[in-house]
Amino acid sequence: MTTETKAETATPLVKLTGAGKNYGNINALSGIDLEVGASEVTCVLGDNGAGKSTLIKIIAGLHQHTSGTYEVAGNEVHFNSPREALELGIATVYQDLAVVPLMPVWRNFFLGNEVRKRLGMDIAFMRRTAKKELLDMGIDLRDVEQPIGTLSGGERQCVAISRAVYFGAKVLILDEPTAALGVKQSGVVLKYILQARERGLGVIFITHNPHHAFPVGDRFLLLKRGRTLGYYRKNEITRDELTALMAGGAELEELSHELSAQDGAVSAAAAKMLEDEVHDLGITGKTP
Amino acid sequence: MSQTLVAPPPAPSTDERLARKSMLGRLMARPEVGALAGAVVIYVLFFVVAPPFREAPSLATVLYQSSLYGIPAVGVALLMIGGEFDLSAGVSVITASLVASMTAYQLSVNVWVGVLVSLVVALGIGLLNGYLLVKTRLPSFLVTLATFFMLTGLNLAVTKIVSGGVATKDISDIDGFDSAHAFFASDVVIGGMNLRITLFWWAVFVAVATWVLLRTRTGNWIFAVGGADASARAVGVPVKKVKIGLFMTVSFVCWFTGMHILFSFNTVQSGQGPGNEFLYIIAAVVGGCLLTGGYGSAVGAAIGAFIFGMTEQGIVLAGWEADWFKFFLGAMLLGATLLNVYIRQRAETRL
Repeated sequence: MTTETKAETATPLVKLTGAGKNYGNINALSGIDLEVGASEVTCVLGDNGAGKSTLIKIIAGLHQHTSGTYEVAGNEVHFNSPREALELGIATVYQDLAVVPLMPVWRNFFLGNEVRKRLGMDIAFMRRTAKKELLDMGIDLRDVEQPIGTLSGGERQCVAISRAVYFGAKVLILDEPTAALGVKQSGVVLKYILQARERGLGVIFITHNPHHAFPVGDRFLLLKRGRTLGYYRKNEITRDELTALMAGGAELEELSHELSAQDGAVSAAAAKMLEDEVHDLGITGKTP
Repeated sequence: MSQTLVAPPPAPSTDERLARKSMLGRLMARPEVGALAGAVVIYVLFFVVAPPFREAPSLATVLYQSSLYGIPAVGVALLMIGGEFDLSAGVSVITASLVASMTAYQLSVNVWVGVLVSLVVALGIGLLNGYLLVKTRLPSFLVTLATFFMLTGLNLAVTKIVSGGVATKDISDIDGFDSAHAFFASDVVIGGMNLRITLFWWAVFVAVATWVLLRTRTGNWIFAVGGADASARAVGVPVKKVKIGLFMTVSFVCWFTGMHILFSFNTVQSGQGPGNEFLYIIAAVVGGCLLTGGYGSAVGAAIGAFIFGMTEQGIVLAGWEADWFKFFLGAMLLGATLLNVYIRQRAETRL
C-alpha cells in the first residue's frame, strides 16, 4: 500500500516511545510504542483494565507520562492540560460525546466556538457550515435544526467527529466509539473513520472489538495489563490472529476445561463451543 | 480500499425530504404552542361567560395584571431554561421596593438614589443565590428556599425596626418621585385606551430575552447549561458564570417589578410577596419551559402570564367567587404540563 511507504518516510503526527505511567508505586502503563501519521488509523485494542484509558489520557493531555517520550510532529511534548493538546490539533471524542440532546445539530456543532457577528451570532453561516461539514463526512441531514437527540447513536458520533475535524483536529482520538452501538450503526462509524483518514487525519481508534478494528486499521497495538502484547502493521497480522490475541487463546482453552469439569449439559455444550472456537482461531494453547 | 469510498453526491440546493415536515409540524415543535392554545381557549371561555370581559378597559386591566406576573416570569423562564429555579423571586420583589423606599425616606435623598441602592442589593441577592449554588453544588431548590425564608424574615423585621409598622412611609413627596413614577408606573393613552407602562416594559423584556436566547452566544450557552451541563463544560462553556448571570437576571426583573409596586402605591406592605414565586414559575412552565432545563421560550412565559391575567380578571368579571383562581392555577399547571409533554413528544418523533 502506498500509504505505508509514505508513513515510513514522513514524521508521524503522534509518536510514543517506551512511554509509561506510574501512579505512585502502581505501574499503570509501561514501555508503550505507538505512532500515527497523517492518513493513518492506529487501533488500540485491549480488554477492560488493559490500560487503554490511561494511554488515551496521556495522548489527550489529561495525564503526563512518567517515562519514555511523547512527540507531536517530531517535537517532544509534556502536556499540562487537554487544551494544550487541542492547540496542537489533538482532539479527543469521548464516549459521552459532549453534546446537548435537546439543542439543534448546528448549535451543538458550534457550541463553545460560536461565530459572532456584531452583538449576536452569524447564524446563517453556522447553519450552512454545519450542514456542509457533515455532508463532507458523508452525513446527509435533512435539517440541521433538528435536535441532536433525534439522531441515531452513530450519527451523533459522527457529528462529534466532524466538529473536531472542523475546529482544526489533525489527530483524532476516538474512545470506544462503537462500544454502545449496534452492528449497523458501528458500520456507519467505521465508514466515517475511513472518511477522516481519507481527509488526511491521523486517527487513534480505541476499541475492544477486533472485528471493528481490523477492516479500518493500519496499525494495531494490543495492550494487556499495562504492557504491549503486540504491535503490528496490517500486513503482519490476519484478522483471526488479531482476534485470537484479543481473546487470549490460552485463557479460552482454560475456560473450556473449567466448564467441562462442571456437571450439567449446558456447561458441557458451552465448553464444546469454546473448544471449537479456539480450534477455529488456530490457537493451540499458546499465543503466537 | 479507497474504491469503496465514493465521494458523497453534491448537495441539492433544496432538500426534497424537507417537504415531509409541514408548516403545521414546524409550528407544533415550538415550545409555546401549548400555551397559545390554552390562551385561546380561556379567552373564548371568558368572552362567552363574562360580557364585561369583552370591553376594551377590561382588556387593558387584564394586560396590566399579566405584565405584573409577566415581567418577573421573563427572568424566571431564562433561569429555568438554564436548568435552575428561584423560590426567592416573589419575596425579592418586595425586598427591592422596601430597600428603595426606606433608603429614600430615612436618608432623605432623591428617590433615584434609593432606586439604585435597591438595584445593587437586588443584584447582590442574585449573585449570592448563584454563588452559593455553584460553590456548594446544592440544588437550587434548597439554596433559594433558604434565601426565600431569610428575605421574608428580613422584610418584616427590618421594616418594623425602621418604620415601626408593617408598611413603609409614603414617599410621594420626596425629590425625584415624579420622574420615577413616570418611568416605572405611569399610564399611556393609546387610541382612547388607558394602558399601564409596565405593559410596554414587559414587551421590551420579552423581546430582549427572546433575542438573547435565539440569536446570541449567551443564549446558546443558556440552553446548553440547562440541557447538559457536563457536555457544556467539556466544550468550553463557562457554566458557573452563566448560572450566576441567570440568577442576577431574575433579580433584575424582580427589582423592576418592585419599583413599579413602590411607585404606583407610594408605600409597600412588608408581608407581601411570598407565593408569587410560584406564579412566575407556573407561568414559565405553562409557557413550555421544561422543569429539567434546556428547553423553553420567553414568549411562552409571556403567554403563560397572560393566561393568569385573563383568568384572574375573568373570574371576577364573570361574577364568580375569586377564590376559584387558585384552583384554576393548579388545574392549568397540570393541564399545561401534560399538554406540553404530549406536544413535545409528537414534535420530536415526527421530525
